[in-house]
Amino acid sequence: MMNEASMNPQFEISSKMASAVLKIVNTTLDWVTLALDAPSARAVVFGVHIGGHLFVEWSSFSYFPRKVTSPLRAFNKEDELCDEWVPESLIPPITEEMQSEPPVLESAAGVHTIINGKEVVNFASANYLGLIGHEKLLESCTSALEKYGVGSCGPRGFYGTIDVHLDCEARIAKFLGTPDSILYSYGLSTMFSAIPAFCKKGDVVVVDEGVHWGIQNGLYLSRSTIVYFKHNDVESLRNTLEKFTAENQRAKKLRRYIVVEAVYQNSGQIAPLDEIIRLKEKHRFRVLLDESNSFGVLGSSGRGLTEYCGVPIDKIDIVTAAMGHALATEGGFCTGSARVIDHQRLSSSGYVFSASLPPYLASAAITAIDVLEENPGLITKLKANTALLWKGLSDIPGLSIASNPESPIVFLKLEKSTGSMKNDLSLLEDIADRVLKEDSVFVVASKRSTLDKCRLPVGIRLFVSAAHSESDLQKAAESLKRVTALVLKS
Amino acid sequence: MITIPYVTALATYFSYGLLFVFGHIRDLFRKITGCFSSNNLQGYAPICLGNEDFYQRRLYQRIRDCFERPIASAPDAWFDLVERFSNDSNKTLERTTRIRRCLNLGSYSYLGFAAPDEYCTPRATDSLNKYSPSTCSSRVDGGTTVLHKELEKHVANFLGKQDAIVFGMGYVTNSAILPVLIGKGGLIISDSLNHCSIVNGARGSGATIRVFQHNTPSHLEEVLREQISEGQPRTHRPWKKIVVIVEGIYSMEGDFCKLPEIVAICKKYKAYTYLDEAHSIGAIGKTGRGVCELLGVDPADVDIMMGTFTKSFGSCGGYIAGSKELIQYLKYTCPAHLYATSMSPPAAEQIISAIKVILGEDGTSRGAQKLARVRENSNFFRSELQKMGFEVLGDNDSPVMPIMLYNPAKIPAFSRECLKRNVAVVVVSFPATPLLLARARICLSASHTKEELLKALEVISQVGDLLGIKYFGAEPKKHQQEEKMKKLE
Repeated sequence: MMNEASMNPQFEISSKMASAVLKIVNTTLDWVTLALDAPSARAVVFGVHIGGHLFVEWSSFSYFPRKVTSPLRAFNKEDELCDEWVPESLIPPITEEMQSEPPVLESAAGVHTIINGKEVVNFASANYLGLIGHEKLLESCTSALEKYGVGSCGPRGFYGTIDVHLDCEARIAKFLGTPDSILYSYGLSTMFSAIPAFCKKGDVVVVDEGVHWGIQNGLYLSRSTIVYFKHNDVESLRNTLEKFTAENQRAKKLRRYIVVEAVYQNSGQIAPLDEIIRLKEKHRFRVLLDESNSFGVLGSSGRGLTEYCGVPIDKIDIVTAAMGHALATEGGFCTGSARVIDHQRLSSSGYVFSASLPPYLASAAITAIDVLEENPGLITKLKANTALLWKGLSDIPGLSIASNPESPIVFLKLEKSTGSMKNDLSLLEDIADRVLKEDSVFVVASKRSTLDKCRLPVGIRLFVSAAHSESDLQKAAESLKRVTALVLKS
Repeated sequence: MITIPYVTALATYFSYGLLFVFGHIRDLFRKITGCFSSNNLQGYAPICLGNEDFYQRRLYQRIRDCFERPIASAPDAWFDLVERFSNDSNKTLERTTRIRRCLNLGSYSYLGFAAPDEYCTPRATDSLNKYSPSTCSSRVDGGTTVLHKELEKHVANFLGKQDAIVFGMGYVTNSAILPVLIGKGGLIISDSLNHCSIVNGARGSGATIRVFQHNTPSHLEEVLREQISEGQPRTHRPWKKIVVIVEGIYSMEGDFCKLPEIVAICKKYKAYTYLDEAHSIGAIGKTGRGVCELLGVDPADVDIMMGTFTKSFGSCGGYIAGSKELIQYLKYTCPAHLYATSMSPPAAEQIISAIKVILGEDGTSRGAQKLARVRENSNFFRSELQKMGFEVLGDNDSPVMPIMLYNPAKIPAFSRECLKRNVAVVVVSFPATPLLLARARICLSASHTKEELLKALEVISQVGDLLGIKYFGAEPKKHQQEEKMKKLE
């Protein structure tokens, strides 16, 4: 058969042409497949929105393998270099401070908890309304556990949406007066998933320098231009905004955001929302507000900083909060206009790629909001407790209060810093340890991760709860006074 | 290996082309009518510019009812699906009170711990009453309870490593650990099909990232050799360290990673290995210890083992297991440990109880039975689907089974037709998978019985015939015919 083909030149030419055509078709199809594969960012797993904008970003991110051509191969130098190379060790050597272990609780983290068999007064849990151990919460969680089990076994897009999630979202939206809300399964991931969904490369974000790590990480992942302003300083914010507006008169398509926290985790200060709103409207910025520590605390009915400052909630574009504080459950939520929330359902990575919140925690959130609405007295009690503690702590020599009198986080920092953050921290940890061991009052010094960019001073943080009694607060104040005097003298 | 027939490829391109054209025509109309209506956000740049959400508005919205289906019961083998309707072509979907009992082929409940369990649930309820649903505090402050300590010990023992650290969410585990372990001047080499949490963590770390072809150890070796000899880009200084990231089971392909070869290559070139066992822990291996056990790799050879508790253990959260020094260092620096609220105590208790059941420490052999059942179910289902002529991906023993659909119109059709016959399936399309390669993904569980699997096979076969997705042609019939012919001869 081969002989016949070689004897017939026409057959040969036509078969050559056929194979050439086939080759061209193959290469074109390969090229087309490759070209369309490139932007799909094969690292992505579940159905997610990656729009045209991110196409370019992902493909230039080189998330698809390229052919390897090394000139060193020609000279056989690769083997030598590979043998010579010595990597650093995976982790730096362990120092003494890395070996310290936090205290282990043997009961619920309510206002009185048991550590090492002793009962202590607990100022380390952000249990602002005292809802840990509340019977209504435990009841609703138990019935949810018996109906749904513990986990939800799937992301929201693939049968992980349980009716309690939808009920919880509706309840939060109703409580705050916004059109819609979206639930996240972890408090920390709320901000660092919401920010990259809205802030993209080229956008401008003006952010306070004292924000917590979740927000910093979200901003880093969003690749926008980030400008910091001085912590809680409205003048500095005004100057930054004016400078920016003056420089970018023609950029109409540029999205601009201001990110602030209502009550700052790192210092206990409260953001002056009314002035921020005035500035925002003047310069056309969108505001992202993190209300983790103010939801259920500030305002006459606990609706947060907007109620406290008298600002209507629809002026804030995006409000997020972690539920692990006043609501005594886990997870987080984000609320805003319908457009904002719908957009996150497809583009927020922490929502799409992650399993949904366990149903019993969502039902705990609904019950917590019900309890808060029925008992506004909890908020007044919390305010009274905070004022009492302030009075008790305001005259400790060596420590000064850095937080706002109305904030539920009372932040004590050293009056005279030793000069290095590490030494400050070890002094404060010493004070906290002795207060726990000698007086059975549990307070903690704020620890910073090596990845945290915040440069605010470290301090001792006390979380006040509505369930604390007067004697608890007095005990804490006296104990801190005594131990600080001892430690700072030596 | 996916082999797509040419006709199907052309038909798929044509369908997508048609959808894009129609989408752009509708966008044009929207622009024209939009000029006349006023916008109350004057002066603000829109949240989504132009073509950024084109896919969402014009393509995804048509099939939106196939995703985010709410359920009203535990995600067990059967669940109650809440029916929804839409009056404005899928822009908003309203819930009704009607419920449909469906067979669940989509949830990640490989060992059947999703539903209330006779051993685990009473213990979880006890710990709820004792410790409350949350500690409201981070692990370093006041959030470490005896349950967390016990959990870490159990996880470390289960995996055969020295120590472990647990977090409240699996996604955050990857995103917060990678920046701590490696930074600028380091190199991350990751598989091309890795999960988004790994991508986010890698990007957040600031290290340089290179990708190797999915599950191809030879290409990994090439990339390693090239990168070590060339050094950092532009400066050519040697890399500080190299971390290779792979997953146990890839959830969109259903195949295992070639761990023995990859670990051997990493040892040879002194790179660190990071194994993400989100889907494989608890479900694979003779005693459920994951892909290391299945493929015969010593856990001590893998430097960092990561996993989640959401899939096989029926809870929530993630863990990292490694040497004692590694875990001590992570506890000192990892932001998720220092700042985030600690794991909910009932969830921790559920995991401890689930591990005890799997290891048989609760006094019964339910764990071993579950593992054997999920293996049998997966192998049976896969072989039956292949006999019917579907194109099924994935290795044997893997409970994740993608069935190729290719054409965009078949995606909602498959989902809706199966739902009409009371079987709930998961369909995935672009951009989670490449444009041409849309698929339906089946996740089996130990709680599926043989009858339920047979029913599911019947339904899928019917729908497959209706949609024409049996690309390989039913084989047994051909074999039977050949045998008959041989016998006649």
